[in-house]
Amino acid sequence: MATANLNSNLNMTDPFAGVDFGQLEHSLRRPRTLMDFVLSGLVTVVTLSALVPLFSVIWMLAWRGGKRLSVAVFTQLPPAALESGGGFGNAIVGTLLMVGLAVAITVPVGIMTAIYLAQNRQSKLAEAVRFASKVLTGFPSILAGVFAYGAIVLTTGGYSALAGAVALCILMLPTIVLTSEDAIRMVPSRMKEAAIGMGATPTQTVWMVLLPTAIPGILTGVMLAIARAAGETAPLLFTALFSNYWLFSHGHAQLMRPTASLAVLIYNFAGMPFENQVELAWAAALVLVLLVLAANLIGRSFSGRQVQQS
Amino acid sequence: MASKSLAAPVANSAPGALFAIRPGEITQAPSRWQSMVDKAFRGSSFLFACCTILLVTFIVFRITVSAIPAMRHEGLSFLSGRVWDPNTAQHGIAPQIWGTLYTSILALVIGTAFGLAAAVFLSEGYLGQIMFAILRGFNLHLHPFWAKVPDRIEDLLRQLIELLAAIPSVVYGLWGIFVVIPLIRPACNWLHLKLGWMALFSTDLSGPGVMPAVIVLAIMILPTITAISRDALTSVPPKLRMAAYGLGATRWETIFGVILPTASRGIFGGMVLAFGRALGETMALAMLVGNSNRISLSLFSPANTLAALLANNFPEAGPEEVSILMYAALVLLGITLIVNIFGAIILQQASRAAVE
Repeated sequence: MATANLNSNLNMTDPFAGVDFGQLEHSLRRPRTLMDFVLSGLVTVVTLSALVPLFSVIWMLAWRGGKRLSVAVFTQLPPAALESGGGFGNAIVGTLLMVGLAVAITVPVGIMTAIYLAQNRQSKLAEAVRFASKVLTGFPSILAGVFAYGAIVLTTGGYSALAGAVALCILMLPTIVLTSEDAIRMVPSRMKEAAIGMGATPTQTVWMVLLPTAIPGILTGVMLAIARAAGETAPLLFTALFSNYWLFSHGHAQLMRPTASLAVLIYNFAGMPFENQVELAWAAALVLVLLVLAANLIGRSFSGRQVQQS
Repeated sequence: MASKSLAAPVANSAPGALFAIRPGEITQAPSRWQSMVDKAFRGSSFLFACCTILLVTFIVFRITVSAIPAMRHEGLSFLSGRVWDPNTAQHGIAPQIWGTLYTSILALVIGTAFGLAAAVFLSEGYLGQIMFAILRGFNLHLHPFWAKVPDRIEDLLRQLIELLAAIPSVVYGLWGIFVVIPLIRPACNWLHLKLGWMALFSTDLSGPGVMPAVIVLAIMILPTITAISRDALTSVPPKLRMAAYGLGATRWETIFGVILPTASRGIFGGMVLAFGRALGETMALAMLVGNSNRISLSLFSPANTLAALLANNFPEAGPEEVSILMYAALVLLGITLIVNIFGAIILQQASRAAVE
């Protein structure tokens, strides 16, 4: 109103003459504002309801899985059909072994590829590799199993932990390549330029400057890949199959035999009509989720320590 | 850390010694050994990079070669056949292709509705506004600890939604069998009773079926949609938002009129990638979809998908059936590769457009 008074004092036409200032007030009685309010409420409710499944899963795992959890499930072998008791010790060992093997194969390949990508950003090959990795990210996990079946199981003549590990490798590779490349690129260019200025060869720059600086980011990628691989079932179903026995016999690991894993055990036992097996499936699911979450959280804790570009 | 260890020798030497350059000590061309190592390392990193491309080619090659006998034998009628019966050697995957597309499209619709809402909620600072209003009520909005709470909660919420993606699909399958199916069964059967004349509700839910599979699938692809959409929404230039507010648009008029259209390409790319993920998802579907080879519009009838077919039949397949299953795998590979490459290209263009 002050503006309006000022204007009339100056003998000019009042630009706000036709304006009803009440219209500008924020009121829920106006359709536009009401619509705004309703949509805001709706989006809040929808977002929170998206989290309901998460809490439901966690609650069921803690309740049904926690009930059955004891030392015995870690040390005993899976029970037969109507047997009581039992555990899934061999499945834990199998999961850890196969993921470990996959890490041992994938990490060197993935990091070397990432170094190439970061060092030759614009080259045609780098573009192609990056694209191939992105395509592999969305690669259905069951097809990794089909491939490992065709390439390893058919050639070696049997289901094995090795075939399972190879199938997991395909799923881990793109995560490790893409996150490591990002981590190496994030190294401040002044550090790289300083190394080159001191006369370091590209290899020395990579080993003494880029990799040590990028290691938190690389570890994040590796841990996230482990978290994904540990939970995968489809690629193991017909590569590692399942086994009711311990992996170690006569003092060494049997890499070329069918191998148990937590994920396949959950799948097999979930469909059984026996209460004992279903309970074990829930306990195994709890252990598996804890393993996966631990890997996830450790990975995330590394990512906070990255050197920032300035 | 590395920069410090590199800088250390210079810092340790006395200032005067810095200028006393002795030949061969500070400035020195890389020795023969060093340049050899350099060449070898660069060569090997090149080879490893080639490995990734070779791997993709080899996967496609390996599956195709194994599928060739079945392709010769079954031909294209494999894609249109409706019967899968190993005993009579009849193999058709039309029901599986239908089931794969039907469940994935339904899951995409539900997942997008929830995922996009979550992305908008997380990128538009809603929580911050609500929390700020509450904190101001207690006169704590400038407090050093409490003032940071809204940001922290928003971060926590984002991470919780990402956590949905971390839970293994077999655990979702287990949860679906023991929680989702008993929970939705009464509602589904009531719908069948009242609205059974509609094709969507023409059968009752007797256990596993399309509906529980779609619900679980939607939960599994939601984090992908939320993460990518949120990136697209936050990369909308702030000046567009400010201009819309300046013209007097309400928050939602801004979102619908300016922000969503600007971010639409990124959101669409995320949807395509999520769709690709839904197509290839195996375990939750193998456990929840019912593994019955029929083509039906009903949401409650059991169905089958390509991935579930592979998961169920591979372990006990003989040499001939393996080839037939490889053919089915090739079909799945074709569908997912097309969808994924399409999605990757869209996202690449979207990020390029954002940079410009």
